[in-house]
Amino acid sequence: MNAARDILRQLLRDPAAAVGLLIILLLVFIAIFAPLLATHPEAIWDMNPRQRLLPPSDTYVFGTDRMGADIYSRILFGARITMVIASVAVGVALLIGVPIGLISGWTQNWLGEALMRVSDIFLAVPQIVLAIAISQTLGPSIENVILALSVTYWPWFTRLVHAEVRSLKNETFIEAAIALGVPTWRIILLHVLPNVASPIIVRTSIGMGFTILTASALGFLGLGAPPPAPEWGRMIAESREFLPEAWWYALAPGLAIFLVVMGFNLLGDGLRDVLDPRIRRAGARR
Amino acid sequence: MLAPDDNLLEVENLRVSFGTERGVAKVLDGVNLTIRRGEIMGLVGESGCGKTTLARAILGILPANARHETGSLRFGGEDLLRMPRRRVDDQIRGRRITFIPQDPFASFNPLFRIGSQAREVMKWKSPRRPEHAGRGLFGFFSRYPRARRKADAADAVEMMRTVQIPRADEAFDKLPHEFSGGQRQRLMIALALMPQPDLVIADEPTTALDVTIQAQILKLLKRLVKERGVSVLFTTHDLGTAYEICDRITVMYAGQEVEMAPVDDFFQRPSHPYTVRLLESLPKPGREPREIGGEIPGLVDPPAGCRFHPRCAHATDICHMKRPATTSVSAAHDLRCYHPVGATVPA
Amino acid sequence: MRILALILQRIAWLVPTLAGLVAVVFFISRVIPADPVAKLAGETASRAQIELLREKLGLDRPLLVQLVDYYRQLLSGDLGTSLFTTRPVWDDLYARLPATIELTIVAMMIAVVIGIPLGVVSALYRNTIIDHVLRIITVAGLAVASFWLALVLQLYFAMDLGWLPLQARITGFPPPSITGFYIVDTLVEGNFTRFRNVVAHLTLPAFTLAFPALATVVRFTRAGVLETLQKNFVVYQRAMGIPSGLIVWKYVLRNSLISTVTQIGLLFGILLAGTVVIETVFQWPGIGAYAFEAILQSDYAAVMGFTVYAGVVFGIVNLVVDIGHAILDPRGTGA
Ligand SMILES: Nc1ncnc2c1ncn2[C@@H]1O[C@H](COP(=O)(O)OP(=O)(O)OP(=O)(O)O)[C@@H](O)[C@H]1O
Ligand code: SF4
Ligand SMILES: [Mg+2]
Repeated sequence: MNAARDILRQLLRDPAAAVGLLIILLLVFIAIFAPLLATHPEAIWDMNPRQRLLPPSDTYVFGTDRMGADIYSRILFGARITMVIASVAVGVALLIGVPIGLISGWTQNWLGEALMRVSDIFLAVPQIVLAIAISQTLGPSIENVILALSVTYWPWFTRLVHAEVRSLKNETFIEAAIALGVPTWRIILLHVLPNVASPIIVRTSIGMGFTILTASALGFLGLGAPPPAPEWGRMIAESREFLPEAWWYALAPGLAIFLVVMGFNLLGDGLRDVLDPRIRRAGARR
Repeated sequence: MLAPDDNLLEVENLRVSFGTERGVAKVLDGVNLTIRRGEIMGLVGESGCGKTTLARAILGILPANARHETGSLRFGGEDLLRMPRRRVDDQIRGRRITFIPQDPFASFNPLFRIGSQAREVMKWKSPRRPEHAGRGLFGFFSRYPRARRKADAADAVEMMRTVQIPRADEAFDKLPHEFSGGQRQRLMIALALMPQPDLVIADEPTTALDVTIQAQILKLLKRLVKERGVSVLFTTHDLGTAYEICDRITVMYAGQEVEMAPVDDFFQRPSHPYTVRLLESLPKPGREPREIGGEIPGLVDPPAGCRFHPRCAHATDICHMKRPATTSVSAAHDLRCYHPVGATVPA
Repeated sequence: MRILALILQRIAWLVPTLAGLVAVVFFISRVIPADPVAKLAGETASRAQIELLREKLGLDRPLLVQLVDYYRQLLSGDLGTSLFTTRPVWDDLYARLPATIELTIVAMMIAVVIGIPLGVVSALYRNTIIDHVLRIITVAGLAVASFWLALVLQLYFAMDLGWLPLQARITGFPPPSITGFYIVDTLVEGNFTRFRNVVAHLTLPAFTLAFPALATVVRFTRAGVLETLQKNFVVYQRAMGIPSGLIVWKYVLRNSLISTVTQIGLLFGILLAGTVVIETVFQWPGIGAYAFEAILQSDYAAVMGFTVYAGVVFGIVNLVVDIGHAILDPRGTGA
């Protein structure tokens, strides 16, 4: 627990990371308290033809959409969808990817090799292509988006853990443990896992941002949560019909996606600096 | 004292500090040093006393966080600190003052052949380069006439032969990693001498090498600079090395020079308490080496007065107050200490 | 010799990966419901008619047989026939390839040609205003949703200012097809009005597609240059008075580019993924939009064709990256 407090203290010293953390906490807060924070919670699901496509005003801070719903309130409820999709998808990807990476990195036999080839296959095409294929065949729903995203994201964790474990295996303390006859599961649980935790945490944060981007792209393409769910990507897609007159329509959802992804990226960068100074602060984010 | 015009380089009251997380570190704090024409000056002192910083200050390549450079660096009568930057770049650095790095393994760019790296030095620094040749656009698009290039390349191969690179004529086409450490340092010596400089700054040029190779490199360096009458500033923390190669030795402590003496005098009549302790820390037959004891002071907030006083057995009140002035023990043997070892204590 | 070995190695890697990829997509698209035959046969088709069509298309046989069949077909260079365009998938892809390649290459060039110098400048002026501004832009580049950026740019530059066309690849007739790349073709043709038209149409989609890749290039170049600047050989060259512009842009850059080049493979992934969305938004008649359409229509053959295309592109890109490494790093230690 002390270590966690230490990390937090170091994180907060980096303004960018602190901003990232703040954004994420805000998102969580909004997701939980959306019904209380929303100014027009009732207008999320209903049609209000008379309030259609109103520009931003005191009553409707971000304007209203084609159904006459308050975009601000929809954004708040959309935060729930975003949070659920991203955290469950990345969580499942972790649960699949980390054990596979541990096994393939540790065993280094045909099984490990085969597992790595399988993850190579998934990495050979852009994630969004497979995700589109899966969510299309399954039909649009939140569960299917989550499934599509986790099934396509786990190889990134596998890759990472595999590489870390392989280099760890040559460390003296691991070799010593093996020589002493410590059971493999103990070594992996007590010595390997804690040592690969840092890169996994960093990758998780960055993966959250990336997954939110992909999920919203699916929503934009009409493959995400079905209407009238206030999914941010879908809101942007809906706005296209009403441009350029309803200029505000896409503004808020786009900014929301941007802010949240930025939050996770900034936090990921900060975590990387604190947890894993070996890794350079750079990178394509996936 | 010799006539001043015998001095090639006169460092006077040089101060350099670095901005660090803990504050401003006064890494060089009023350093004085002279190097005469054709002499090898040894600069010794514990790790962190500022040898590399002094070398880099003379070369004009202090790191980005260096601040407040004051004092003077008179080279051939002109103060380098007040010379237009452009002139230092073009005519001094790499031309009249060249450099032999500490780590020959990492000092060649691993991706470029020896030939292209050597050609780069010769293109900009060979004595054949006209004094007012332009430098193109950021160094690109500048001419390197064919005739000069050929002559320079021939010189370079000759120089590589002189430093005993096997099959010198093929060295140009090789990559740095195809040479051993000793060979790479020979190449560095060749590159340093090619521009026919007046002064070579050699910052611990043998520390990274095997002991057997160290001796060969030292001998080679000494022979070549003596043949050519080139002066050398040779930094090392190994007194044995200094003894073998140097004509005079300057001892630095925590960013200040404390004693300067001809090499024989230095080893026979060390007069500064710190020098004495340095010498006592060397292993010698019939005597246990003795640790200097204590720690090198922090440079952000160094001790007042003589910086050595927290570790000095001879320290008195005055030592805490003011840095001792330079006094002469004998001709050419200078010292900064209130209570020199071996002298009678003033009443 | 080394290059040849690299090519062989890559092919040895590519073939099984592609085969696996085809299998994965094959199962995803056939095991999971949504009956395309019913869709194809139309709403009014009877059960019998649907079954007949299914048989005709060979979709009634066991999956594994179908997969092996598909492999055999692929090996003979046949990607099958699109259910909806009723043309060979290969022809569809071939017709749309130039549009996508043109878009991707222009985006790549924007990313590299602008990104590398910006990365170097950012490193050289570390922690100054220039650096901070560039870093904010790069962080933004990786956080912004490309379809939203596309929309905002369309809204501003096309609808509001009217400077650039909203979508499509060209207005009016396309240039005579020589290479299929409109930029090249219009230049060869010497028709500068049409050339300008083509460039105007390319600007928004190419920039939108390039933005995240650009951000990645800047970040990597910056980190690489910063790391290289600490190296002893840089100190050595400075000590020897080599002009600093030369040290940075000739020596340091080459060392830094080695890590940037590794990222180009990743960049192509970003770009390839981007084409699906960007081409759809900008109505760009390329393979990305085709793939999206094919997926929506459950057009098996077309989806598979796109998958194979994506896998091959990735293989080729990785090969190019390896060769780039071999050229930049003569030591031959490889990646
Ligand atoms: N760029 C820098 N920023 C801050 N402090 C520095 C920097 N470079 C050197 N120093 C500090 O300046 C002091 C002198 O360093 P310098 O490298 O000149 O010592 P040195 O005598 O060459 O030591 P060594 O024998 O280890 O090479 C040290 O305390 C060092 O920590
Ligand atoms: S001045 Fe004083 S403290 Fe310094 S060395 Fe001499 S005796 Fe010691
Ligand atoms: Mg040093």
